[in-house]
Amino acid sequence: MTEAEAHVEDRTHVETHEASHPSVGEYIKIAIILAIVTGLEVGIAYIPGIPFGWLVASLIVLMVIKFAMVAMWFMHLKFDSAIYRRFFVIGLVLAVVLFLIVLVSFGKFLR
Amino acid sequence: MATSDAHLGSADHPATATGLDNRKLAMWAFLGSECLFFGALISTFLLYRERVPEGGVRPEDVYDIPFTSVSSFVLLMSSLTMVLALAAIQRGDHRQLRIWLVATAGLGMVFIAGQIFEFTAFIEHGFTMRSSVSGSAFFVLTGFHGAHVTVGILMLLVMAMFSAAGRLTQEHTMRIEMLGLYWHFVDIVWVVIFTLVYLIP
Repeated sequence: MTEAEAHVEDRTHVETHEASHPSVGEYIKIAIILAIVTGLEVGIAYIPGIPFGWLVASLIVLMVIKFAMVAMWFMHLKFDSAIYRRFFVIGLVLAVVLFLIVLVSFGKFLR
Repeated sequence: MATSDAHLGSADHPATATGLDNRKLAMWAFLGSECLFFGALISTFLLYRERVPEGGVRPEDVYDIPFTSVSSFVLLMSSLTMVLALAAIQRGDHRQLRIWLVATAGLGMVFIAGQIFEFTAFIEHGFTMRSSVSGSAFFVLTGFHGAHVTVGILMLLVMAMFSAAGRLTQEHTMRIEMLGLYWHFVDIVWVVIFTLVYLIP
């Protein structure tokens, strides 16, 4: 085997490992968890007298859980090459940081 | 399970230096840029949600949270049917592929129908695009999201037709995977909108 062939074989092995996607059963489990989390979100929003800080914090935590589960399992970021993940995370982090700065600049959190 | 990530060259895509499919890489770059697009619209709404003239209708006055929760659930479940479509083409099961693609498009249509119903109810209550800055920000944000869902539905139906015509083989798995990425992204954007725009008062 030449060096080039060995490189190709090695790369195929690595990428096949990276790209093995979840089974149908796993997808269904994730969907059930997502449905439960959505139910929790709506339930929390209707708890009478819940302190505003607790309400916001718990809803944001549940939102992040749902976002991460869809991105990691359904979009396969957990299983695919890290290069794909970097492309998305750069845009996501840039958006979150940029718009948090905008909101703070306009005094959104200073009341 | 079959894979679609190793790209050392195929009939559908030439070999690449990274060993990754350039189309998928471009899709991820596009989705990264879409984060900034929706980030701008969401933060605009958060800034202006209280900009309502005295005595005017505020978004909170017209929201129907139980109804929107059902819409959100429908869109979330469409992500499940989308991954089932991908799993079907990876197995080479084209009948199941078509069933799940059409199911995903159907759930997307239910979501859009819900959005049209919701918009109509809001307008009847006096919360419109022109009633306040808050209204403008709300309708631009949710309208752009709805437009993304509509584009996704059209692409799903086109893929289902290609499959029915025998023009979508197992070699074209990447096309379904990319369509799936777009669809899931539209779903996660709604996850954020639902929490920040609807649930947090």
